Amino acid sequence: MAERYEIRFSGAGGQGLITAGIILAEAAAIIEGKHALQSQSYGPEARGGASKSEVIISDAPIDYPKATIVDTCLAMTQEAADKYAVGIKKGGLLLIDADFVKTAPKGDFTVYRLPIMRMAKEDIGREIVANVIALSAVIGMTGVVSREAGEEAVVRRVPPAFKDLNKKAYNLGYEKGKALVN
Amino acid sequence: MAKKSALVQGNQACAHGAIYAGCKFFGGYPITPSTEVAEELSAMLPKVGGKFIQMEDEIGAMASVIGASLTGAKALTATSGPGVSLKQELIGYACIAEVPCVIINVMRGGPSTGMPTGPGQSDVMQAKWGTHGDHAAIALVPESIQEIFEETVRAFNLAEKYRMPVQVLYDEIVGHMRERIVFPEPGELEIIDREAPTVSPEEYKPFDSSKGQVPPLAAFGSEYKYHVTGLNKAADGFPTTKAELVDAEERRQVDKVECEEARADIEKNEEYMIEDAEIVLWAYGSSARSARYAVNELRKEGIKAGLFRPLTLWPFPEKRTAELAEQAKAIIVPEMNLGQMIIEVDRVAQGRCTIDGVHRVDGDPLNPGQIMAKVKEVI
Repeated sequence: MAERYEIRFSGAGGQGLITAGIILAEAAAIIEGKHALQSQSYGPEARGGASKSEVIISDAPIDYPKATIVDTCLAMTQEAADKYAVGIKKGGLLLIDADFVKTAPKGDFTVYRLPIMRMAKEDIGREIVANVIALSAVIGMTGVVSREAGEEAVVRRVPPAFKDLNKKAYNLGYEKGKALVN
Repeated sequence: MAKKSALVQGNQACAHGAIYAGCKFFGGYPITPSTEVAEELSAMLPKVGGKFIQMEDEIGAMASVIGASLTGAKALTATSGPGVSLKQELIGYACIAEVPCVIINVMRGGPSTGMPTGPGQSDVMQAKWGTHGDHAAIALVPESIQEIFEETVRAFNLAEKYRMPVQVLYDEIVGHMRERIVFPEPGELEIIDREAPTVSPEEYKPFDSSKGQVPPLAAFGSEYKYHVTGLNKAADGFPTTKAELVDAEERRQVDKVECEEARADIEKNEEYMIEDAEIVLWAYGSSARSARYAVNELRKEGIKAGLFRPLTLWPFPEKRTAELAEQAKAIIVPEMNLGQMIIEVDRVAQGRCTIDGVHRVDGDPLNPGQIMAKVKEVI
């Protein structure tokens, strides 16, 4: 892994992408003992409309706390894709929701598609786990943290009653994400 | 056993630091981007036998903190620039009445309402000169989540030791981002409590400095009875206009912080790649993070840059800044304001090297590229 790896999750406010960012940072910083820094859009823009959460993961202490050049980006909606799928590194990855992002941003990066919301609704039965599917798909695609660390971080965050549901969502997303890049 | 660690926001780390330091009172009024400090403490304080009060406004909040502290509690308020502006009269009161307390300022832009959700560093001069009259000031400027915890503890220690208000300033970026914190074990960090009187209640004088610059402070409501006022006062706490007493008190209250011994105790700096540095980036808070990034990049290009980062902004690190002005070809001061601490750097440098600033006030943090561009322009 490069010394500094930057991931941006974007979508509509309320889709749980800030939580996805926090879980990823916990997997890296608390479970794997790497350096990680999570930040998010804040203020009016975080309520409805497009929202984003950024995670920087590094082997060394992280100085500049904002994204410089994004390695991997997720966009769950068209508005988020238009607004936040920018500054992606040459050769970087962009994962979009296949149903909600009709026009993929163009750039020197690879675009991957997964029907994330549909998978949450139809395969798992609850739209609320879309953020966990998105998170684990990104982990499957990038390997930025291990499969186990990601799963553990998800389980730590959710109430016991929702553990199995989230585990199922995590594993689905991970497999689909991994299959995309192989 | 491994120490407990967690991924928390800067504002949460501040609340944890306050509890660690022994804070038993929070009086505040919610304001972005500091609200999480209050939110967290509203849950934490009752569990340690403390009190949390959301006051009617910022001024009432500061008054409640002063009152709580006089009864013996370590007391805190958290706010942002507009709130600090409103608190100024009472901050001055805490200075002259010598009441230990801690004020957290999570900085946003300004003046007035400014940009509530964006970061800023434009309250650093206010931290020194916000309230009227000659007075000493202590202000601490952490740059990370771990450091917010530690500097909040240090702020309480300094407030108790020097019997005065201490401000901790960090910006919205550090307040809201999350990083790992490793919680210090109880006893791992030093905790200082104010000096209690050793004389009998009858003999007690709240401002008797015959045994040292910082007189012991009795708890209001105990058997020790005394008078507190915002007027210039004599050793017994009652108002005076006697020239020699007023003069001595005014001077003591500044000297207790600015004398050489106190400065050595209060000042705290980080130096990174300074030893052979020709260009010194003089930076604090989240701008220092960008500056450190810039130093690393500049070094790769063979430019001898280094970072000087004060954690104590006030009292100003005069001696070390003067030495660096002697050593360096240039000192660059990146700040998220239009040039505030650069005024002090320039004053102390006395023309010994080039002084230049990098400024940003649009709600985005200073980025390393901007700082690097300025360095290359100067050399």
